Amino acid sequence: MRNRTTTPYVLVLPAWIWLALFFVVPIGGMLSLSLTTGNVVTGFQQTFEVGNYVTAVSTYWEQILRSLFYGACATLLCIAVGYPMAYWIAFRAGPHKSTYLLLILLPFFVSFVLRTISWRFLLADNGVVLGSLKSVGLVPADLQLLNSAPAVVMGLAYNFLPFMVLPIYAVLERMDPRLVEAAHDLYAGRFQAFVRVILPVSLPGVFAGVLMTFIPTSADYVNASVLGGTHNTMIGNVIQTQYLVNNNYPIAASITFVLMGLLLAGIFSYARALGTERVMEVHT
Amino acid sequence: MVTTANSSTEEPAVTAQDASAQDSPNPSEQGPEISLERVVKAYRTGSDTVRAVGGVDLEIARGEFFSLLGPSGCGKTTTMRMIAGFEEPTEGVVRLSGRDVTGVPANRRDVNMVFQSYALFPHMTVEANVAFGLERKRVPKAEIRRRVGEMLELVELGHRAKHRPAQLSGGQQQRVALARALVNEPGALLLDEPLGALDLKLRQSMQVELKRIQREVGITFVYVTHDQGEALTMSDRVAVMNNGLVEQLGTPAEIYERPATRFVADFIGTSNLLTGTIGAADAAGHHRVELGHDLTALVAELPKGLSAGDRAHLTVRPEKVRIGLERPGGDLSILPGTVAETVYMGSATHYQVSLANGAEVTVYQQNSSDSTLVAGRGEAVWLSWAPRHSYALPV
Repeated sequence: MRNRTTTPYVLVLPAWIWLALFFVVPIGGMLSLSLTTGNVVTGFQQTFEVGNYVTAVSTYWEQILRSLFYGACATLLCIAVGYPMAYWIAFRAGPHKSTYLLLILLPFFVSFVLRTISWRFLLADNGVVLGSLKSVGLVPADLQLLNSAPAVVMGLAYNFLPFMVLPIYAVLERMDPRLVEAAHDLYAGRFQAFVRVILPVSLPGVFAGVLMTFIPTSADYVNASVLGGTHNTMIGNVIQTQYLVNNNYPIAASITFVLMGLLLAGIFSYARALGTERVMEVHT
Repeated sequence: MVTTANSSTEEPAVTAQDASAQDSPNPSEQGPEISLERVVKAYRTGSDTVRAVGGVDLEIARGEFFSLLGPSGCGKTTTMRMIAGFEEPTEGVVRLSGRDVTGVPANRRDVNMVFQSYALFPHMTVEANVAFGLERKRVPKAEIRRRVGEMLELVELGHRAKHRPAQLSGGQQQRVALARALVNEPGALLLDEPLGALDLKLRQSMQVELKRIQREVGITFVYVTHDQGEALTMSDRVAVMNNGLVEQLGTPAEIYERPATRFVADFIGTSNLLTGTIGAADAAGHHRVELGHDLTALVAELPKGLSAGDRAHLTVRPEKVRIGLERPGGDLSILPGTVAETVYMGSATHYQVSLANGAEVTVYQQNSSDSTLVAGRGEAVWLSWAPRHSYALPV
């Protein structure tokens, strides 16, 4: 008989092997790569060159900040659009909840790049949206959205919206409707009930949604290259270019680590601001 | 009990009365705290309309401990939710302190609810939970602090003020829910099966506790339960509900001793139900009920709508029936039977006795020092009870 207590470890072994092979090893490789010097022709030598990081930050700080800014804007846009969607599906959609959830996921059956390219048609100067708005005079005739920062942010928000909606929906759906009734019973109107009870109770869902949108949107390069033109490049575009075009692996790897460090720092201070206890709490 | 809607000219007078009543809640002095007039709640499910509550009239007095008792789906919770304002009646009028509150949202009604699941706000401390209602009413901060402190003392949770609900036991959460509602000093407190989630011991001690708190604060309690024991021990009056209607309204003793319908007789405690034909009244005014096979029982009086010659159910509580080997004498219902089963229960022994007409009668006999097992299985016995202990009910 095998000892019962070893069984759980045996069961998680595949996950450990997977993570070790495809997460720890590559990260370690990247880390060592970021501390090398050389080029593709002569090869890269492990010189523990910390200067790579200095170069990365001093050369690309603008793109780094822009990426974090675009990511934050897209995340806020996702909250603004996604929270009401999640709320409506959880509380108002009645028996059709799964239909609406499916509708939210439906665009994901199309490739990410194709979806983004389709926004080029939507945002074209005289396309479906802008063209119609211009013809009725709602927006100035010379308004251009394509190849601008708003276009990138909108594209990011659109592409990552479900990652915001689903976790918020999951929390709201599980919430005891009696909590809302209790708030009303204790003299809270609809607004007070939302601000004092529904919103705070759903914060863990918002937190999860923010993680799942802010991280990928900040690191995204597809939206910036498809919708952003030449003046709105994000750090993802820089990394891609350094890796695949310039073959400057050490710089690309050090930018990657700078971005990762900044995102982690941002997430932890955000969790702290919300109160980790509150965010990690599981509501039944 | 049914009154037509008061004319609107009476409204101001009633409101003034209401305001003075808040300072010194005195039962019996003013009109009812809560009144329901022909209240109906119907739901649409597909093409069908289901009447959850099918026309209920109730008047609940100030300071009264009132229970709505019935099996699940009988409409008791819906009735309470209409008082709270979570549901609007399809027909009829709900009044609180004489004021028509039909259509008034829950947050503008002077009643507070204790939910079955407690519905404590998980992200707030115990203190903040209890302060919630007072903050919404914009009570001054110092007064909130004082009243919350006092209320937490009343429910013996002062030392838990800074804890989160998840850190408390079920019984403690229950008391927080009670404090959160009571601290607002509402006109009435609505309790929806508040002890349902607690284990038996805790439930019993909370029953005593609830009764004590109700006496101390003097607020009207409306208590929804499916547990007849709870309703009988705590209430001043009980409304037994079934199929969306009130089957019987009365004090616990009335409900138990004189069930008005077969449903009430079945639902409250254990009742023996015998079926027979009502005969003429005898010299003492007792009616004979012929049960067939030469078996006869006596009832002291007939309810309205029943007269000699009608078929009727006759009820008698198991603890009212005497069991013996000798035929007793006197003006009693006297029936011979055979013991089918005996169950020793410690403080009492339960007998199942078969009658010649095929009916079975349950008898509870106290195991006092001088009585042991009266008869074993298969023995012939005599059952007897006084005419006033059995009631005739329409079939």
